Amino acid sequence: MATMTLPPLTKKDFQTDQEVRWCPGCGDYAILSAVQMVFPELGIPREKFVVISGIGCSSRFPYYMNTFGFHTIHGRAPAVATGVKLMNPDLEVWVATGDGDALSIGGNHTIHMLRRNVGLKVLLFNNRIYGLTKGQFSPTSEFGKKSKSTPFGSNDRPFNPISLAIGSEATFVARSVDVFQQHLKDTLRSAAAHRGSAFVEILQNCNIFNDGAWTDVTEKEARSENVVMLEHGKPLIFGKNRDKGIRLIGFDLEVVQLGNGITEKDLLIHDEHHPRPSYAFLLSHMELRPGFPTPIGVLRSWDNVPRYEDVSARQIEAVIAKRGKGDIAKLLRTGDTWTVQ
Amino acid sequence: MATVTGIPEAISGKSKREVLERAVIRFCGDSGDGMQITGNQFTNTAALYGNDLATFPDYPAEIRAPAGTLPGVSGFQVQFSSSDIYTPGDAVDALVAMNPAALKMNIADLRANGILIVNTDNFGEKDLKKAQVTVNPLEDHSLDGYRVFPVELTRLTRVALQDLGLDTKSMDRCKNFFALGMCYWLYNRPMDSTHRWLDDKFKGKAVLLAEANKLAMKAGYSYCEATEAFQISYEIPPAKLSPGTYRNLSGNQALALGFVTAAQKAGLTLFQGSYPITPASDILHELSSYKDFGVITFQAEDEIAAITSAIGAAYAGGLAITTTSGPGMALKTEAMGLAITIEIPLVICDIQRGGPSTGLPTKTEQADLLQALFGRNSEAPIPVLAASTPSDCFWVAFEACRIAIKYMVPVIILSDGYLANGAEPWRIPEMSEIPEIPVKFASDPVGFLPYKRDPQTLARPWAIPGTPGLEHRIGGLEKQDVTGNINYEPLNHEHMVRLRAAKVEAIAQEIPETVPAGDPDGDLLILGWGSTYGPITAALNTARARGARIGHVHLRYLNPLPRNLGEILSRYRQVLVPEMNMGQLLWVIRAKYLVDAIGYNKIQGRPFKQSEIEAKIEELLEMPGADAGRTFDN
Repeated sequence: MATMTLPPLTKKDFQTDQEVRWCPGCGDYAILSAVQMVFPELGIPREKFVVISGIGCSSRFPYYMNTFGFHTIHGRAPAVATGVKLMNPDLEVWVATGDGDALSIGGNHTIHMLRRNVGLKVLLFNNRIYGLTKGQFSPTSEFGKKSKSTPFGSNDRPFNPISLAIGSEATFVARSVDVFQQHLKDTLRSAAAHRGSAFVEILQNCNIFNDGAWTDVTEKEARSENVVMLEHGKPLIFGKNRDKGIRLIGFDLEVVQLGNGITEKDLLIHDEHHPRPSYAFLLSHMELRPGFPTPIGVLRSWDNVPRYEDVSARQIEAVIAKRGKGDIAKLLRTGDTWTVQ
Repeated sequence: MATVTGIPEAISGKSKREVLERAVIRFCGDSGDGMQITGNQFTNTAALYGNDLATFPDYPAEIRAPAGTLPGVSGFQVQFSSSDIYTPGDAVDALVAMNPAALKMNIADLRANGILIVNTDNFGEKDLKKAQVTVNPLEDHSLDGYRVFPVELTRLTRVALQDLGLDTKSMDRCKNFFALGMCYWLYNRPMDSTHRWLDDKFKGKAVLLAEANKLAMKAGYSYCEATEAFQISYEIPPAKLSPGTYRNLSGNQALALGFVTAAQKAGLTLFQGSYPITPASDILHELSSYKDFGVITFQAEDEIAAITSAIGAAYAGGLAITTTSGPGMALKTEAMGLAITIEIPLVICDIQRGGPSTGLPTKTEQADLLQALFGRNSEAPIPVLAASTPSDCFWVAFEACRIAIKYMVPVIILSDGYLANGAEPWRIPEMSEIPEIPVKFASDPVGFLPYKRDPQTLARPWAIPGTPGLEHRIGGLEKQDVTGNINYEPLNHEHMVRLRAAKVEAIAQEIPETVPAGDPDGDLLILGWGSTYGPITAALNTARARGARIGHVHLRYLNPLPRNLGEILSRYRQVLVPEMNMGQLLWVIRAKYLVDAIGYNKIQGRPFKQSEIEAKIEELLEMPGADAGRTFDN
């Protein structure tokens, strides 16, 4: 077939005729919009996109994307997507999931998908609550969280999704925020460019069951004091007056005030391609400590690991190159045979 | 030096040869004694010789229970014959026992005056204690009813191998081949196929081990010749099998071959998602070696990922299967519901074992029929097929794939531990005997709707990602027929539930009508499924030879059932349903056909014996007891 020049895709090409059924004001709308804007930019034919989800509010995502879409069962999207990628590595597969779906019921699949480095993009909508089941605490809810199922406060210590992903040997780990549209789109573009597993935690507000869960990060007033925006090759600076920084001290980090002899040169320069995951892990734990900011941006991007589906395909090619293409008639006759006249 | 008990005076002296129709040998010993290998070698040799045969490997769940103890006993039984046989045999003609524990666990199955070879080097005080035996059975006359051959297997093997420079441990590992050599002499078998196997197994640096095992085997053979220990040897002539090329095949091997053949005949890539579980893991081992056929095997992180990855692969256009056993089936149930509602082809293999829970991992049971039929939330019908013999697994695998693709449904295959590990000769089909499996992927966007059905099969189109213009959404939520859009309307739901059931039921249209074996009507119909085929068939033949009017229907399709089954049930005065469970098919038959069928149930982790079914037939038909001289064993 001759190559045809098709008109470039637009956001509209990725919208479906289905009525979007998230609550008004839900952070999911912003994520949907960002994805629908980024997909057409990627230069990938629409039929190559597959959006796969589990269960939860976030997992309604595929119904609103005019691509191939598969709304699977609770927690299993990474496993379904792994099967899709093994069968057809050319597909562009994105997984939409939530904190309960990916980290609780599907935690096992999430970590194994990441360690295998399957070429999937995972968007984890983290609202720190179970929304679709109407308000129970989730594995990212803070300790002591009062919820429908924990009227006296949650006794569970939460997961940090970024730390978990890094601990699972994820090759791309980033965090963005539903309301940081530009940053979110940039992060999605970076994830799209990554060949292996790309894990993107998106801080997302559930305005019905956990409104304001991320105000420390999103409110204009608080944001500059509480957030450090990570940029590759740039020092880690934050604060309203951009006068605070992160410095490496031994095996640990400390927050320092710029001035009085401390300059930008003393600060940690962000290296998203750092060969050791321990670097990104150290950053991922900052937000748990008083006085430290929450890192937003790409924490780790290490594309030197082959994709799982490619390794699988190459192994098959190598065996065929060595043994020749299999012959069923011969295979059935493997081992000792005898003939009855 | 061998002491011989119970051999008539007349045949002592020069060794002579007797022709038999069939024989049953069992090798038993510690699970580290290589009894499975020994049994497999004897089986292979018998197969190449042209005997019909059936095997029954029986091994413990523990990899290596403490050596010499009762839980560590591993056994392998093979019946080989010059006529058609259906079972590994009820009673054992020759028993090889490597230690007191093995003797204790197996002696009850040895027929009166049967041959018993024991390794006397393992009958010390410590060995007896490990087997919880207080008096040495070789000395207390408890074995007087058998022909006992006490042999210093360990010492004689060491003597045979003394010049090879092996350490004692390595030498002792060859003693099973000494025993094998003795059995080859006893049944007049050549050793060349075992030589070939050893050469293949021990290559390069390990070549010395091949030599050692050959020497040990030769020593066992020569020992019999030189000492004239047995006085008599046996000959079981080749069976008259129908013309063709044969191989020996176990149930799990047959499933693997069936799947890869189906994929080839469908022109699809085979994808297996699996998590290791006994007794199903061999299917994964087998298929993972077929990379030259483009087979993708995915050892998943758990049973759920095993099936859901397969669902993903099927969605993307592969021939997807997942293989497991009972506990794994339980974990996969939610995903099976997903496969049902998104209507994609998928084959789920359950190699049943004793339960509940972990149960008896290495023992057989027809444990999961009701789980396969009903074990899912809501109305979730799935076609269910069951294999009846090890080689039948090949055809059942192929048929399950064909149905899955044609009707866009998940299909369950039931096998069990007995079929999985048991083996029999299989006439290898020509490729031209195996039909093609037509596959049609949707490609035309004009008028495409994801749930627009084929009017004949009710199958929806297989529209795989990557096809331009067919972008659509599917999922576990209830959907509108034709469009596939989410739909919660009451009448639509009822329509969809009924439609999914009708789709499965429609498969009955193309299932051949069942024809009973034996008598087409009469006093008794034996209705079976799965691995009870062998003992039922054998028992049917003997009972009919004695004048009983009995028929036998063995169900391959358990859902949907053959459309003429109800009519067949009405032709017989009584219906007997033997099952290795509490009566699961019985429950279905009684409910569906309102027939007062009778159950015969054995839940011991072991297959039925022919004699057990015969006795049940005699009881139901009030037949006089079997001829004198027929031996019942436990």
